[in-house]
Amino acid sequence: MAVKNSPFDRFLLVLNGLFLTLAVLVVVVPFGYIVIASFMDPTVLLNRGLSFSPSDWSLEGYRKILSNDAMIRGFFNSLLYAGAFAIFTVLVSICAGYALSEDTLAGRKLVMTLFIITMFFGGGLIPTYLLIRELGMLNTPWALIIPGAVNVWNIILARTFFKGIPKELREAANVDGASDFKIFLQIVIPLSKPIMFVLALYAFVGQWNSYFDAMIYLENTKLYPLQLVLRSILIQNQAAPGMIGEQQAMAELKRLSEMIKYSSIVVSSLPLIVMYPFFQKYFEKGVMVGSLK
Amino acid sequence: MQPLTFALNLKFVGKIDQKGERGMENSAETGRDGRLLREKKTLGHKLAGFKRNGFLYLLLAPALILTLLFKYVPMYGAVIAFKDFSPIRGIMGSDWIGFKHFDKFLSSPNFEVIFMNTLKLSFYGLLFGFPVPILLALMLNQVRKAGAKKNIQLFLYAPNFVSVVVIVGMLFIFLSPTGPINQLATQIFGQPLMFMTDPQYFRWVYILSDIWATAGWASIIYVAALANVDPELHNAASLDGASLLRRIWHIDLPTIKPIMAIVFILAAGGIMSIGFEKAYLLQTSMNLPASEIIATYVYKVGLQSGDYAYSAAVGLFNSVINVILLLTVNFVVKKLNDNQGLY
Repeated sequence: MAVKNSPFDRFLLVLNGLFLTLAVLVVVVPFGYIVIASFMDPTVLLNRGLSFSPSDWSLEGYRKILSNDAMIRGFFNSLLYAGAFAIFTVLVSICAGYALSEDTLAGRKLVMTLFIITMFFGGGLIPTYLLIRELGMLNTPWALIIPGAVNVWNIILARTFFKGIPKELREAANVDGASDFKIFLQIVIPLSKPIMFVLALYAFVGQWNSYFDAMIYLENTKLYPLQLVLRSILIQNQAAPGMIGEQQAMAELKRLSEMIKYSSIVVSSLPLIVMYPFFQKYFEKGVMVGSLK
Repeated sequence: MQPLTFALNLKFVGKIDQKGERGMENSAETGRDGRLLREKKTLGHKLAGFKRNGFLYLLLAPALILTLLFKYVPMYGAVIAFKDFSPIRGIMGSDWIGFKHFDKFLSSPNFEVIFMNTLKLSFYGLLFGFPVPILLALMLNQVRKAGAKKNIQLFLYAPNFVSVVVIVGMLFIFLSPTGPINQLATQIFGQPLMFMTDPQYFRWVYILSDIWATAGWASIIYVAALANVDPELHNAASLDGASLLRRIWHIDLPTIKPIMAIVFILAAGGIMSIGFEKAYLLQTSMNLPASEIIATYVYKVGLQSGDYAYSAAVGLFNSVINVILLLTVNFVVKKLNDNQGLY
């Protein structure tokens, strides 16, 4: 039996559909504009706006971006940092989450409290920076990978997941004489593939998209992740070095720096945009596992 | 994680923990039973229990050590705010000077501007940003076709995965004096609007783009809660003659009220900890009168000019206000919301 709606309610539902369509357009149109603009001749774009005539199209922006050393290096640096960060984060969170999911572990409440306090209070930017410097991690990728790997939220997610695994499984293996290490490695780890995947996705995307830690901890431009290269192109309006010959006129320089803005956005966001629809349910799961059990 | 996403994640943790604790009590009981049975068996099993815990502590160690090192050592390092810091003598060796740095900040002419900028930016952000995900979720909940709902969600969630650098880069493109928005504005007002340089637009640009980027993703938790509502409730209500709006008001809203309370506490409690990343990128030398907030000020004074102790004091001042805010908001919401708060 379906809900009975009055004519006015049905009108509201139509309105609802229209509003949601509008919301989708508000999200899609800016991205669409960037993608179309990235294939356009910048002079035409600047003077006449978007055009669909093939004579106004150009792949120059992509050619410039894909032949640019800073961009390519940034891309691979980001891939490396995000990959390493994801692996490290998953390892730390899974181990801690598993330990904390065990009710017999003495002191687990205290440890949880220690973790949760860090969500609401921290030493702040300067003391953290001084510590990283003291540890000799300044200007090394470790500064991006290690300090952020412990995230309370990840540990809570992992803990919640392990609480859902039937205890009988572990106990049966225990009776069979398997060591705890063996149980963890051969029973728990294979079972926790889904949560590992969710945590890895979040960690990877988070690291891929961040620029702040890299900006304060890295000085060597060769170590820069993609987002810092993008920042110089998109926000500081500096076409990356080596991209534009010195003799070129100011107008040409401006033309080029406008042009590569669009293609650099597309290239840098492509990996996430391509994988996002496939992984959407895992991302959602990340929110759900903990919040609604 | 983007600060936005991370902040959102934090919001969920509150929820998780409330439930998690409850879940823990239940499983603790069964666990206790199980353990009692085992303890009755042999001494060997007891020893095995110790060994097992030893292994668990080993697993816990990396996370614990990293947290103590990278979270608690800096908390201790925050004493630099009370010191006359000398790089040669280090934080611990430098002389205590009490609240001198705090006095300096509170009496500086910048203080009022920066403090109010921080407060306004996040207060308006909360005012306009808090209701949007709730509205989106209530609207999505009315979409009956599962396929259509999925597709809409796919699009609305997407901006959450775009980096803050790209979002700000897009803002500069779209809002530039010659950009697409200003081509329209020029026709209406006769001249382009200086969105990125005129301080009066800064907050609008910041808050609206924030809603654009995060509202969809933030609605997930409400959408999921609404999906658990028994359809029979709506059927019965409609048979009794309740209109759509009344059903939303009396069935849907009460369902998500507890989540709203927790999200609100965390957002309001974090009002002074507004993220650095986006504000810093959106700053231009022209819009500083509105865009300089505590976080960007700490970065500039501390890391760019090297005045570590003073900027650490400013940062600490901010953290302390935050904790006080969080506790206050939690207290108030608890009173208003039948004793259900964050903790």
